[in-house]
Amino acid sequence: MSEAAVIGLFVATVQFATLVYLAALGELIAERAGVLNLGVEGMMAMGAVSGFMVGLETGSPWAAFVVAAAVGALVGGFHALISVVLGADQVVSGLALTIGGVGLAAYVGRNVGGRIPETKFTDMSIIGLSEIRWFGDIFFNQPPVVYLAVLLGAGSWFVLARTRLGLALRAVGESAPTTDAVGHSVVGLRVAAVMVGGGLAGAAGSFLSLYMAPGWTEGMVAGRGWIAVALVIFGAWKPGRLAAGALLFGFTLALQPRLQSFDINFLGLQVNQISPALLGMLPFLLTVAVLVVISWRYRHGPSPAPASLGIAYRREER
Amino acid sequence: MSSKIFSKLLVLMAVFALLATACGNDDDADTQTTGADSTATAMAESTPMADATPMAESTPMAESTPMADATPMAEEMDDEVVAGFVYVGPVGDAGWTWAHDQGRRYVETSTGAVTRFVQSVPEEGPDFRSTVVDLIENENADVVFATSFGYMDTMEELSGVYPNVVFEHASGYKKNDTNFGNYFGRMYQPRYLSGMAAGALTEANQIGYVAAFPIPEVIRGINAFTLGAQRVNPDVEVHVTWTFTWFDPAVEGDSASALLEAGADVIAMHQDSTAPGLAAESAGARWVSYNSDMSAFAPDAFITAPVWNWGPYYERVIDAVRDGSYTPGAYWGGMADGIVDLAPLAADVPADVVAEIEEVRAEIEDGSWDVFTGEITDQDGNVQVAAGEVMDDGAMLGMEFFVEGVVGSIG
Repeated sequence: MSEAAVIGLFVATVQFATLVYLAALGELIAERAGVLNLGVEGMMAMGAVSGFMVGLETGSPWAAFVVAAAVGALVGGFHALISVVLGADQVVSGLALTIGGVGLAAYVGRNVGGRIPETKFTDMSIIGLSEIRWFGDIFFNQPPVVYLAVLLGAGSWFVLARTRLGLALRAVGESAPTTDAVGHSVVGLRVAAVMVGGGLAGAAGSFLSLYMAPGWTEGMVAGRGWIAVALVIFGAWKPGRLAAGALLFGFTLALQPRLQSFDINFLGLQVNQISPALLGMLPFLLTVAVLVVISWRYRHGPSPAPASLGIAYRREER
Repeated sequence: MSSKIFSKLLVLMAVFALLATACGNDDDADTQTTGADSTATAMAESTPMADATPMAESTPMAESTPMADATPMAEEMDDEVVAGFVYVGPVGDAGWTWAHDQGRRYVETSTGAVTRFVQSVPEEGPDFRSTVVDLIENENADVVFATSFGYMDTMEELSGVYPNVVFEHASGYKKNDTNFGNYFGRMYQPRYLSGMAAGALTEANQIGYVAAFPIPEVIRGINAFTLGAQRVNPDVEVHVTWTFTWFDPAVEGDSASALLEAGADVIAMHQDSTAPGLAAESAGARWVSYNSDMSAFAPDAFITAPVWNWGPYYERVIDAVRDGSYTPGAYWGGMADGIVDLAPLAADVPADVVAEIEEVRAEIEDGSWDVFTGEITDQDGNVQVAAGEVMDDGAMLGMEFFVEGVVGSIG
């Protein structure tokens, strides 16, 4: 196994992790404010298609990225309107958003499906750091979206944990009536959180269509939105743990093709002779293992989930 | 009325509004359906499905005679064959479904038939059935082409319900004696030729093959490709990575990257995305695509591609349906029939290899030689086809071994 192959494994890990982390971070923000949004897949699809189309028109990946985030926020706003402002069932509205978003993306992109991309993000070396052996190649020779995801993760942690705005957001997720009584706008906070979350999902979609697999074809999000929803639980609603979960998930995804092509002899077992069908189960086995560990850790004491998650708030209705 | 019920209604209305925009805006004659409709149908029908299926079965059965009358009536008016196509993916996939849709466009001009297509119809669930029933009852389809393996059993069932409609199923193996046939192409033939070109261009003598699922069709393609590569380059190894996907560009592109990092300098593939080619292009490696000529996506990497050309077959079936001479078959056409072909070769394929490829093509087309002609040994060195013998179709269709020179496991 060559050095390039090992570096490749971790480079791919970081990129897959970034893709799901951006979307999952958005979902985390919405859920911390008490709104479950199962529409991540739809928002990512809309972000992917709009990002690709803007890339075709403008040739600028950054313009595409910004528009994709705006479109994601708008689509997320639809969920906020239905489930926060009108107080409808969040699960129903979120599922509708996934179905509608994926379908709308297919419709919007029907004339650009299979088109040759005009632009994509290119790798950006961080001067100085990218020279570090191994570490530099893996972490500091990545597309700019990867660095942005790290900044957004750190920023989200800071806002949620260290600012009054974050406190209000968390409070509305724990107990909307109390927050209302204190004088914060429940609707305002929740709508903002859901739209920011949608923006991040849209941005994640455009990372897919502008870097991971440049182009647009219906179905290219391929379930990553659902992974993002699951990762939030996995990460116990904390941006840092979410990053660890995303990296673990990215690692299993990156490992699967590489275990088949690496010539590794592990304890007398030739790894690339293991049934590929068994290797394909690896991400799922790891997911189950981690969920078991997490539920074991929280076996006493309260669940890490926001207490008001999924509950619509209407003043004076009990 | 409680505002909760009201807002739930609003959600539903909003979804239907989205769907309406998705289908209502088509001014060309094609019946376009996007994933949204099909998913929504699946959702909407998920509860009543249990009783819907028997109902749907019994009603058309009872009405099959009046309906059979209705179809020719409608036809007397324009006298044209109506051909319905059901696709598993979007027509914009640049791959499998795109190739079928090229065939549909071809027959539209060559035969004058009216065509309808529905894309992104899932293999699972009730969508496929209702799509075909709709094509027959509302669009008056005389022949339905269904282009994915998973549609097979429903096609068989509906061929009994609508005896006056022709059912043609790609890539399956079931048929009947009156109105239900299957069709496919000997893709292994151009795969062999593409392997020759790849074998000539690899400098590392290591080719990476991004493979879809370990089923005979894919295994046959890998083996044919490997035998072709070995013909011009006996030292070549073909490293196989399974993705367990037909279409997931992120995974397929990354699998190509993994093979390239492990030392391969040419990538071949069996999925419907262009992502492996983009990975090869950015790594400065080479690429054999599949389904269609994808040279525009990775102009420097592209070597060639084994491609589908469904048009001539669709034309034959539609002509037969029009003049009433249709009889169902199990069609497995080769390069001689034109249903499969090789895309143009890259300019840097050496001239002697180009000449050899043309020679082999001629031998395949005149039937004097075929790809799986012995002696062929498997990975473990066992002789699978003895010297001078030719593997029969049954053995090819059930192929479950890798030839010597393939590195990887079928599992």
